[in-house]
Amino acid sequence: MESIKDKVAIVGMGCSKFGERWDCSAWDLVVEAAYEAFEDAGVGPKDIQAAWSGTLGFAGGQSLAYPLKLDYIPINRVENLCGTGLETIRAATYALIAKAYDLVLCVGFEKTKDRGVGGLGSGEPMGGVHPVFGIQATPPGRYALAATKYFAMYGAEKKHLAMISVKSHYNGARNPKAHLRREITVEQALAAPIIAWPLGLFDCCGVTDGAAAAILCRAEDAPKFRKDYITVKALGNSAGPGCGKMMTDYDWVHWEETYRATQQVYQQAGIKDPRKELDLVECHDCFSIAELMCYEAMGFCERGKAKHDIEAGTFALDGEVAFNAGGGLKSFGHPVGASGVREVYEIYKQIQGKAEEPSRQLKNVQLGIAHNQGGHPGTFMCSMGIFGVPGR
Amino acid sequence: MAGIVSYGAYIPIYRLDRSLIWLSWGGLPVAGESAIANFDEDSITMAVEAGNNCLQGINRVQVDALFMASTTTPYKEKQCAAIVAEALDLKRGVRTADFTNSLRSATTAIQAALDAVAAGSANTVLVTAADCRMGHPSTADERSFGDGAAAVLIGKNNVVATVDASHTHYDDIMYQWRLDDDLFVRSWEDRFIIEHGYQDNVVEAVKGLMAKYDLKPADFSRAVLFAYDTRRHQAVARKLGFDVQTQLQDSLFSTVGNTGAAYTLMMLVGALEEAKTGAKILVASYGDGADAFVLNVGRGIGKVQKNRRGIKYHLESKMPLPSYTHYLRYRGLLQGSFFFENQSAATIQWRDRSWNISCRGGKCLSCGNINFPPQRICMYCQSKDQFEEVRLADRKAKLFTFSKDSLGPTLDPPIILCILDFDEGGRFYAQMTDRDPDKIEVGMPVELTFRWMHSERGIRNYYWKCRPLRQA
Repeated sequence: MESIKDKVAIVGMGCSKFGERWDCSAWDLVVEAAYEAFEDAGVGPKDIQAAWSGTLGFAGGQSLAYPLKLDYIPINRVENLCGTGLETIRAATYALIAKAYDLVLCVGFEKTKDRGVGGLGSGEPMGGVHPVFGIQATPPGRYALAATKYFAMYGAEKKHLAMISVKSHYNGARNPKAHLRREITVEQALAAPIIAWPLGLFDCCGVTDGAAAAILCRAEDAPKFRKDYITVKALGNSAGPGCGKMMTDYDWVHWEETYRATQQVYQQAGIKDPRKELDLVECHDCFSIAELMCYEAMGFCERGKAKHDIEAGTFALDGEVAFNAGGGLKSFGHPVGASGVREVYEIYKQIQGKAEEPSRQLKNVQLGIAHNQGGHPGTFMCSMGIFGVPGR
Repeated sequence: MAGIVSYGAYIPIYRLDRSLIWLSWGGLPVAGESAIANFDEDSITMAVEAGNNCLQGINRVQVDALFMASTTTPYKEKQCAAIVAEALDLKRGVRTADFTNSLRSATTAIQAALDAVAAGSANTVLVTAADCRMGHPSTADERSFGDGAAAVLIGKNNVVATVDASHTHYDDIMYQWRLDDDLFVRSWEDRFIIEHGYQDNVVEAVKGLMAKYDLKPADFSRAVLFAYDTRRHQAVARKLGFDVQTQLQDSLFSTVGNTGAAYTLMMLVGALEEAKTGAKILVASYGDGADAFVLNVGRGIGKVQKNRRGIKYHLESKMPLPSYTHYLRYRGLLQGSFFFENQSAATIQWRDRSWNISCRGGKCLSCGNINFPPQRICMYCQSKDQFEEVRLADRKAKLFTFSKDSLGPTLDPPIILCILDFDEGGRFYAQMTDRDPDKIEVGMPVELTFRWMHSERGIRNYYWKCRPLRQA
């Protein structure tokens, strides 16, 4: 197996304003994100040779060709649950390394607010929903199963989850593109209505419309577009066989798929001590418990020990490794196809020193992780990548 | 001699204090409380509960026929006994039939079962009776009705109570009735139907039986009589010459309510679980005529009484229904707005019936682990197609973890989402029902129960949930 490290560069990115975009269609969001990326890279739609469209809600490559009026170029719609956005980048990276194309576009987007009801729906792939086994609860209800077990096993409490949300809200309040831009306190989080015990309102991300885009080329071509490009260091993907809720082997206190994908990306990127080597992690914090168990699955702390690091502020903006410096899904919501690309956007901007508000800007960012996990705990589809400055 | 081989019963966990109905409607109060089916129960699920309790310790392969008696079968067209048979995991060749449209349908089914056994066309017949009738809101019927189920196994081997005499007659009277599209039971004036419907018929049947077999009231240790209400129940008993204190079987009227087609059978189970060897029991049902039987309790009764889930077990185990509004909600009379999606598929229901309805998992012949739902490739050892089907419905389990989902679509939030591990191995993903949300903890023992999950396109989707062990 050959390494993909530093072979592909991101030379332009765009990100729509995330929120309840009642006045915007999915196509409006795509145009908003893609045209920011075009401008950022100094290219136009006619320069793009192939594209990948990341969305759960729309079928086919037309979902990009139509809103952007691309010129009959090859486009695939990619879907991999919550990892959908990152999967567009994975597909594009391999195509560039194969030299099938020289300049490509990835757009992840979702229009979640046209359903007439709140929430993201069943979260199950279409056609795969079993009448009595498939839908038993909402996504927070499913993640709460893990929180209950984690609390019982390791003695963490609701306040530890609250502290994660307080941290993410703090970061999101400093991001103009975020959906929820309000700082909260631990007391507010603990007093909030219960959504799915033990998870309260502030343990859950919003339901949001949004889009994000990236323009990629091979690393040797990148200087033609810009000096401060970033490169793809590693890409991981782990699909759980789907047995956590059926198989007694699963303990409900760790994310196995995230752990497996982490092993892949650390090996590809040569990471030995993540806590020292990584500067930024944009992880899948659809619920606070998701982020907590990511600390452990990604090797930033030992299993069952996350509460000590939460109390110490290890993962805050001014801590050892910033988690969700951009505000995370907590502040951006989770327009499913958009989230992964939006995470890479935060890493890209942080490395370039261009976080919109100085109070969110980290110092000397070299390497960051983007991560998503989708599905039912015990049955995840995990996609993740490491991105950073060339040669690092 | 043919007779009863085993029995079981079921009473829903919720009880509605009848004064809560009175608080909403006023009018004449009816004392006591009514057993109310949970929002996920109906006559089919209650018949499964009673039938399953009746079959404990019995080899199900022996059952040759399954009759379901009810005036509230959820489907007008589509047999409900077939669903009950599937959920009880009875063999394919079982004869199934619904006995409906009459309060007397349970005793009609018992007579048909006795006839089949006597004729030799079946050795063992399971008769289940369940009802979940609704009186019109504000009426005395609403305050009198309750929900419940009972089951008896009729056979000629291992009989614990022989049926030695019977009487039947029909009677055409507008007592209580429902047209095809009626939600609520209609009644004529109570003074008329009590006198010429209930009393006349029960008296005629019992007197006819005693005359035919030369029996007198003093010969019986117990009289199980259908009841209109407590007062009229006792009046009929006295009219027949029974001593109310010592001979009349408790009508359950003030603790459960009138459970329609299941009523007489539930009282009979109540009598059987207290009966001693040598007891003689009179049974008389009512509805469009009356049926009466004489039962002689034999030596095996003690063995069946042991650990049997009948009336006593369920009567003592209860939770108060907090309000009349809950009752209206559970019966669908007060409808909320819920967003259910993609929840019915006749095809999936059909091809997955062995685990959706019969609750069979796959036991891997290679590694021995239980796979539920059944798989082609073992979750544990990846062997392909090496499974034997095993029924999991009666296995004990412990709660591994849970959540309380306030937003999931349900008529009774929060959804208690559960991961349970069976004591004998294997994991089950289920909702919890019949629970107090404040009394759930990791590690608590739970058992499975057959429930109605939801409906769409006129399909009732049944499946299994878990519940805390029912204890008084």
